[in-house]
Amino acid sequence: MTQEKQLLQAGNLLQQGHMLVISHLYKSFGNNHVLIDFNLELKKGESVVVLGKSGSGKSVLIKCIIGLLKPDQGRIEVFGENIPDINEDELDQIRAKVGFLFQSNALYDSMTVRENLEFPLRRHWIQVAQDEVNKMVQEALDDVGLAHTVDMMPAELSGGMRKRIALARTLILKPEIILYDEPTTGLDPITGKEIIELMVEIQHKYNTTSLIISHDMNCVKMASNKVVILLEGKCFAMGTYDQLKQNNDPKVKQFFE
Amino acid sequence: MPIPKTSKAFLSEAGDMARFTAKFFKQGFKPRYEVAEFMHQCFVIGYKSLPLVALTAFILGLVLTMQLRPSMVDYGVESQLPAIVGIAIVREIGPVITALIFAGKIGSSIGAELGSMRVTEQIDAMEVSGTNPFKYLVVTRVLAATLMLPVLVMLGDAISLYGSYLGVNIRATTSFNLYWTQVFDNLEFYDVVPSFLKSFFFGFAVAVVGCYKGYNSSKGTEGVGRSANSAVVVSSVMIFVIDLLAVQITDIFGFN
Repeated sequence: MTQEKQLLQAGNLLQQGHMLVISHLYKSFGNNHVLIDFNLELKKGESVVVLGKSGSGKSVLIKCIIGLLKPDQGRIEVFGENIPDINEDELDQIRAKVGFLFQSNALYDSMTVRENLEFPLRRHWIQVAQDEVNKMVQEALDDVGLAHTVDMMPAELSGGMRKRIALARTLILKPEIILYDEPTTGLDPITGKEIIELMVEIQHKYNTTSLIISHDMNCVKMASNKVVILLEGKCFAMGTYDQLKQNNDPKVKQFFE
Repeated sequence: MPIPKTSKAFLSEAGDMARFTAKFFKQGFKPRYEVAEFMHQCFVIGYKSLPLVALTAFILGLVLTMQLRPSMVDYGVESQLPAIVGIAIVREIGPVITALIFAGKIGSSIGAELGSMRVTEQIDAMEVSGTNPFKYLVVTRVLAATLMLPVLVMLGDAISLYGSYLGVNIRATTSFNLYWTQVFDNLEFYDVVPSFLKSFFFGFAVAVVGCYKGYNSSKGTEGVGRSANSAVVVSSVMIFVIDLLAVQITDIFGFN
């Protein structure tokens, strides 16, 4: 497809309320072809889970979306801007509207919970008074039910609490899209379930658009409107959880067994 | 003739480190300047290293004086003890030992801190939060270390000479004024300035190596340990190499 046609197609999709449009995405590391002609569209308020085996390129995909990795080819349109083409300042503006929950939480060890939450606010050069900042921190912590941890260090928190604080840090800028990188990995099933419930609650409260990378079937079942199976670098199958569960293809079936 | 694998790895590492240094100069001069973080790093790197530097410098001055005394007495030049110790400390021992202590404390801590931030995705999280992590983490640390080490060296030299004054007074009696007059009478401009200048390069080398090792850390927690360790080893070797180059350069310009 020519670039003009791709642009036209992306423009049409945006008019239909698409927040994120990925078209013909390629990414390789040496001879390891991770993403091969990957396509995906996300509408406002939708919650899409990308399901795939470990090492199938799920994390590479969302790192390309947020601009941490540069794709070899293809377009990633977020709010109508093609991520690989824009400059650093424009990318920062997009990033302020896109939350990213890291697999390892990525809380800053040397800072308290409050400083962790204030960091994205200050760094995006958003001009707000200290009172307002305190209110925003409080609100984000209330959303995840951990208001009492505000002056604690990340090392003093349990795994589940750390995940919640990382989610609070993501929420503080009121993002329109949240990207979750394996949100339940490393948590026990009960805590994992609590995190998924929290994600669904936040999704309803703020009407955010979510892209969730996971291989946890509980997460897929509870949090998804749509499931995309990423296999061999491609979007192998797409549908709702129930539709894919009925699918007879052995490669799809293996995820649901 | 094919290049041996180890030489190839060494050259490629040296190339990467040179590119990393070039990136420091490129990013360091471009705005947004991270002034608050730079000041914080000056406090952490400079002020918090002071007790360790002071203790080692004091012991060094005292021990050096006590070790030199018997030979000086044998040659009948005991009265020259402050002059000899002063020159030794200011020209060579002060800057090099302080830099080595600095490499052990700051080089390893930068390597470990940045390494663990890398493997726990904290550096990526910074980038996503609208922060250039290279500027925020690397530029501030390298600048702080480059400016703080010369200050530590000067303070270390002074404390070391005070230790030496006490060392002189263990076996003999010398007044405070006489001791310092003898030290400064024998110190020339050419003794002080080159050694002060080379300590900027020592500080720069320690921080660049520590940041490079930490920033490019991989392979989980094992990689963090390796980054901290190799940061100290490589920066200690670099200190001696810079020292060697500095003495050659001062010699060429006739400052020796």
